[in-house]
Amino acid sequence: MSNIVAKTGNEAMAEAMRQINPDVVAAYPITPATEIVQIFSSFVSDGKVDTVFVPTESEHSAISACIGAAASGARVMTGTSSQGLALMHEILFIASGLRLPMVICEVNRALSAPINIHCDHSDTMASRDAGWIQIFSEDPQEAYDQTILAMKLSEDIFFPAMVTTDGFIISHAMSRLEMYSDKEVQDFLGEHKTPYNILDTEKPMTVGSIVLQDFYMEIRTQMAAEMFKAKAKIQDAYAEFNKKMNRNYNVIEKYFMDDAEYVIVALGSTAGSARYLCEKLRENNEKVGVVKPRVFRPFFAPELVEILENAKGVAVLDRSDMMSSTGGHLFNELKSAFYGNAKQPPMKNYIYGLGGRDINMSDIEKVLHDIKEFSVSKVKDSDVKYITVRE
Amino acid sequence: MKKNWKELDIALIVKKGGTAQDFKTGDWRSSKPLWDQEKCKQCLICWLFCPDSSIEVKDGKMTGIDYEHCKGCGICAKECPFKAISMEEEKK
Ligand code: SF4
Ligand code: SF4
Repeated sequence: MSNIVAKTGNEAMAEAMRQINPDVVAAYPITPATEIVQIFSSFVSDGKVDTVFVPTESEHSAISACIGAAASGARVMTGTSSQGLALMHEILFIASGLRLPMVICEVNRALSAPINIHCDHSDTMASRDAGWIQIFSEDPQEAYDQTILAMKLSEDIFFPAMVTTDGFIISHAMSRLEMYSDKEVQDFLGEHKTPYNILDTEKPMTVGSIVLQDFYMEIRTQMAAEMFKAKAKIQDAYAEFNKKMNRNYNVIEKYFMDDAEYVIVALGSTAGSARYLCEKLRENNEKVGVVKPRVFRPFFAPELVEILENAKGVAVLDRSDMMSSTGGHLFNELKSAFYGNAKQPPMKNYIYGLGGRDINMSDIEKVLHDIKEFSVSKVKDSDVKYITVRE
Repeated sequence: MKKNWKELDIALIVKKGGTAQDFKTGDWRSSKPLWDQEKCKQCLICWLFCPDSSIEVKDGKMTGIDYEHCKGCGICAKECPFKAISMEEEKK
């Protein structure tokens, strides 16, 4: 039985954690993700979960404790944001290299300097090569659902996963949340699965041993192959979630894409704004559409190419910059995905909303005008444009 | 034959404990100390200086070199007062 409540993104993620009832949560607070583990720590104090809560002295320690716990066969979660995720960076690779399932509830926030506590995707994007599954959410409902989904998925594929919301925009904004019963969540998760357990005294083992020229290449090749295989399993996980939890999620969401000529591709909360705008523009028969990839890692390249290749213009919105002179992360992935494809829709990058700068309907509408102009005139000016900025 | 990438256990876990003992750290040595028993006066200077505990000693006497852990640094050869140790390039 679902229960309808009003919750912020952080509250929704904390509720998902409560219902998952992990064995261990190790965490360190950071704006705007603090509330997730703060609320969760109340659940611990109130005896609503069976979790061992480990308040650590840094995020580096928090994720390290998570690794130790996961390697000992525990179901493990944590939450963080921005500098916190950056401080975890070194250990993120160890979690994935040891193939340990766990979930980070990550709230997207800009990285310093200058110091800023508001939303952009720089933090999550900076960990994109760490071997973690990365899932973006548009609102508290998706954050809640995908946190539950990611826990099971992570245990199915033995890769850690981070589920993200947008700082303040989702984390602190209250909206309607349809919650499952605790039992439904537990039934969905099923038996906890772990790749190995270092506390199994019957079977002593060495985990994390040094591996030099003779085996490192092999084990990383195996990991890459497993990540490739994980793509199908992620699709299966969404299908199973939809069936059991009565949802209709896809790895890549398409809105008005049957006949859309001009398309906006965006991650997280902005996809919702773009969809709202397209609904309005559709009333005037403008053939516009939106594509919202939920999963950024692994990257669903051929699937996105298939969805986008017939568009007359593709506007890729990035809330992060690679500082490489080649635009944002999503744009670079999509451009490379299109390499060698027969059809090459005109594609342009719009970097927006850094450090929490608002993006309004009028900004997205301007993007649609610009991509139309770009695709008609085929003027080869810069294909990367910074918007929502004072010129 | 060493296992290929498809045959390895997840995360390359080793299904036993105490495996540091099995790790032969001498396999990247580029030159090798050769001990001449005839010239050796058993002063044990080499044993004192070897940074890798690779001079084998039994009952107070040098008995040989542990090539599984010797890094070929050449310190023993340099320090031996009786030139009882010489270095030779590893042929691989
Ligand atoms: S070469 Fe270096 S490591 Fe090897 S036995 Fe001599 S001192 Fe020890
Ligand atoms: S230093 Fe030379 S003489 Fe002394 S024990 Fe070693 S090999 Fe023998």
